[in-house]
Amino acid sequence: MSANKETRREPFVRISKRTSISRGKAWGIRGIALLLALIVAGLVIFAIVRLNPVFVYGAMWEGAFGTKTRAWATVRDAMLMLCIAVGLAPAFKMKFWNIGAEGQILVGGISTAFCMIYFKTGMSPFLLFIVMIVTSAICGAVWGLIPGIFKARWNTNETLFTLMMNYVAIQLTSYSVAKWENPPGSNSVGIINQTTKVGWFPTIFGQQYLLNVIIVMILTVAMFIYLKYSKQGYEISVVGDSENTARYAGINVRKVYVRTMALSGAICGLAGFLAVSGASHTISTSSAGGRGFTAIIVAWLAKFNTFTMILISFLLIFLEKGATEIASRYNLNDYASEIITGIILFFILGSEFFINYDVKFRGRGRKGAEKND
Amino acid sequence: MGTEAAVQMKGITKCFGATVANNNVDFELKHGEILSLLGENGSGKTTLMNMLAGIYYPDEGQIFVNGREVSITSPKDAFNLGIGMIHQHYKLVDVFTAAENIILGLEEKGGLDRRAVSAKVKEIADRYGFDIDPNQKIYEMSVSQKQTVEIVKVLYRGAEILILDEPTAVLTPQETDKLFKVMKNMKADGKALIIITHKLNEVMAVSDRVAVLRKGVYIGDVPTKDTDPQKLTDMMVGHAVTLNIDRPQYDKPQERIEVQHLTVKDAEGVSRLKDVSFNAVGGEILGVAGISGSGQKQLLEAIAGLQPAEPGSRILFKDEGGKEHELLGKDPLSIAKLGVALSFVPEDRLGMGLVGNMDLTDNMLLRSYLTGRSIFADRKKPKELAQKVVDELEVVTPNLQTPVRKLSGGNVQKVLVGREISMNPTVLMSAYAVRGLDINTSYAIYNLMTEQKMKGVAVIYVGEDLDVLLELCDRILVLCDGEVSGIVDARTATKDGIGLMMTQNQNKEKEGQS
Repeated sequence: MSANKETRREPFVRISKRTSISRGKAWGIRGIALLLALIVAGLVIFAIVRLNPVFVYGAMWEGAFGTKTRAWATVRDAMLMLCIAVGLAPAFKMKFWNIGAEGQILVGGISTAFCMIYFKTGMSPFLLFIVMIVTSAICGAVWGLIPGIFKARWNTNETLFTLMMNYVAIQLTSYSVAKWENPPGSNSVGIINQTTKVGWFPTIFGQQYLLNVIIVMILTVAMFIYLKYSKQGYEISVVGDSENTARYAGINVRKVYVRTMALSGAICGLAGFLAVSGASHTISTSSAGGRGFTAIIVAWLAKFNTFTMILISFLLIFLEKGATEIASRYNLNDYASEIITGIILFFILGSEFFINYDVKFRGRGRKGAEKND
Repeated sequence: MGTEAAVQMKGITKCFGATVANNNVDFELKHGEILSLLGENGSGKTTLMNMLAGIYYPDEGQIFVNGREVSITSPKDAFNLGIGMIHQHYKLVDVFTAAENIILGLEEKGGLDRRAVSAKVKEIADRYGFDIDPNQKIYEMSVSQKQTVEIVKVLYRGAEILILDEPTAVLTPQETDKLFKVMKNMKADGKALIIITHKLNEVMAVSDRVAVLRKGVYIGDVPTKDTDPQKLTDMMVGHAVTLNIDRPQYDKPQERIEVQHLTVKDAEGVSRLKDVSFNAVGGEILGVAGISGSGQKQLLEAIAGLQPAEPGSRILFKDEGGKEHELLGKDPLSIAKLGVALSFVPEDRLGMGLVGNMDLTDNMLLRSYLTGRSIFADRKKPKELAQKVVDELEVVTPNLQTPVRKLSGGNVQKVLVGREISMNPTVLMSAYAVRGLDINTSYAIYNLMTEQKMKGVAVIYVGEDLDVLLELCDRILVLCDGEVSGIVDARTATKDGIGLMMTQNQNKEKEGQS
């Protein structure tokens, strides 16, 4: 492309980085993005299946919050997602690419299932609870520690390492499922302690999943304070920004890597405990179900602010539930509903661009501006 | 070409967010002249030039090249108009030869005729007096040779208008002279040159005309022969500035740091420092001169506890009672625990001294976050300190919550120096403390160094401007290729003498090889 030197042409759009943006304007942009997403997704729905988009959105809402049971299932799943994202926050804030949450959840889940199966008698429910919490956190922590130590000692690539740890965890899960098969030959563990409900989360105020909410909310608040106000949280931020600066300030970078990964793994391990003891009461290789990856989006979109993560977790789970509902109600296949989810995510992620950058279009009526293009 | 100006910019305005980098600038460059573009830091010099080079696009205004209105939307457009810019940071492929780098990105039809390229490079080199071997690999080259490659690269593309962004920052006095000779040869050939620089004596030495920018506004231009450094400074700053550095004597000098046989090797086993021995005395500024990359970084980092050294090396700190402490083998935290107040202003401000994404308060916290037993970091004192630094050093910032990476270079440096001085150091080390800073800020920094010296602090000042080193320091240690080629008294040494010492060992090596 050679420049036409004769005519003066101004680029059609110019992009410049914003120095600052008011909070209101940023949320305004996000709101517009959501609205646009709904409109575009509506057009796509109409083009493909000739359905009134308003009904489809209504169905989505009903799928997620239509009945009390559904609403609580949405809350339960959002809490699980939030728990994982809270666990990932310190690691990613340290720029440690922990994509091993899947594995950390699974080992936490295996240890919880182990406790439920082997300690179902001879332990008070409260003691069993404590044991499950501690073991799942320790197992998750070990799963996070291993890549953390290798990174600190030998500077191995944590992305590959944590990813491979996932496969190890999946194999461990397969082994456990085969060992604990119930009934034999079913190739699954079945619902553990279905009749006695030993090791299940108790119902509080008649709500089966209220304890999930309490535990995750405690973690969310604690992590917010830890990252923002504690000395260790400060160290994590410094290491994440520049290892050299951290060394200069006398921060023991290796120690921070190891400690933070242990913490990150432990919380993801707790998410495994929530998934098994607090939700499905079973364990399988799909217990993590890709949530360890989705939670990365949650953590980054929230810029590691754990309170923002609450909102994003709910949004993602709402989309997931809603998509399943419209798929079954309107006899669409799964892909149609995933298209909608994709469109909405695309717009929300894309809106961040407009928050960080200012886009100026070619000025109108400028002196000497050429009309042809 | 005729009588038309090579470049004419009319009413150029460029904003970044709320900052106006250039405000209604009218600028003109003639054929066959060398124009110095002068201005304080953040005055919009580089922004203005980047609009010529196609990196930015003006918000308002017109650009004419050879009398014709043009629109430069990419570096490619700039090249097609014969405009070439040599940036501060070279953009060369290390494993390629000079010739390969020169033709990189050129879309020429047919096969690659290396011999023709080499011949053309030779021809350009001979015409202007460049010293270049087209077949030498970049990684074998000195900084000045790399710069030569960058200049030949734009000439090869037929540039008639050359913009050099602070070309002398990394050169020795001798190399600078060579560059100026080449620039004058290009001028004689009818090319138009713009040199962006901070160094007034260079403005006087090389340019025909000086254009001054202040806070994005074009102040005016004067023929170089009708002006002098004092007048130029006044134009740049807007008010009179005294350009003298005070050099008082401190009456109770005490030895603080003794470095013995310091040898440092990098990860590849290459010696960065060889058998370096010297001492630093409280109440004295010890200057460290040398071509960049001669081991200055390793020297300071070894003292700061960030750089392991070879066996046999020693770095001793002497406290008030005359007791000696070995610093080697300790990390910065254990050095601090020894009671050694060591302040360090590293070369890489945002990559080592500060955390770019954090605000001023959190950056003050970097040195003190461990104080107190609480698991929570105390931000009250750092906040007061940040406010104090902002007030005393006149840091320009919207507020204390601004991430430091959003501040201009000079303000970033003030934040860093302010924090380091606030620690009441016994030893203060700084690397290129005024690099990229404007005159006002530079002199403020020099004064701070002298102030610290008069408090009895041992100041180690790694610098690149020899004029300043000679005025500011008490003694100057000259490094050449990791070795001490001499320690001289700054009151009696000469610029040329130090310049020779900076390159001395290299010459010795070359003679030995041939």
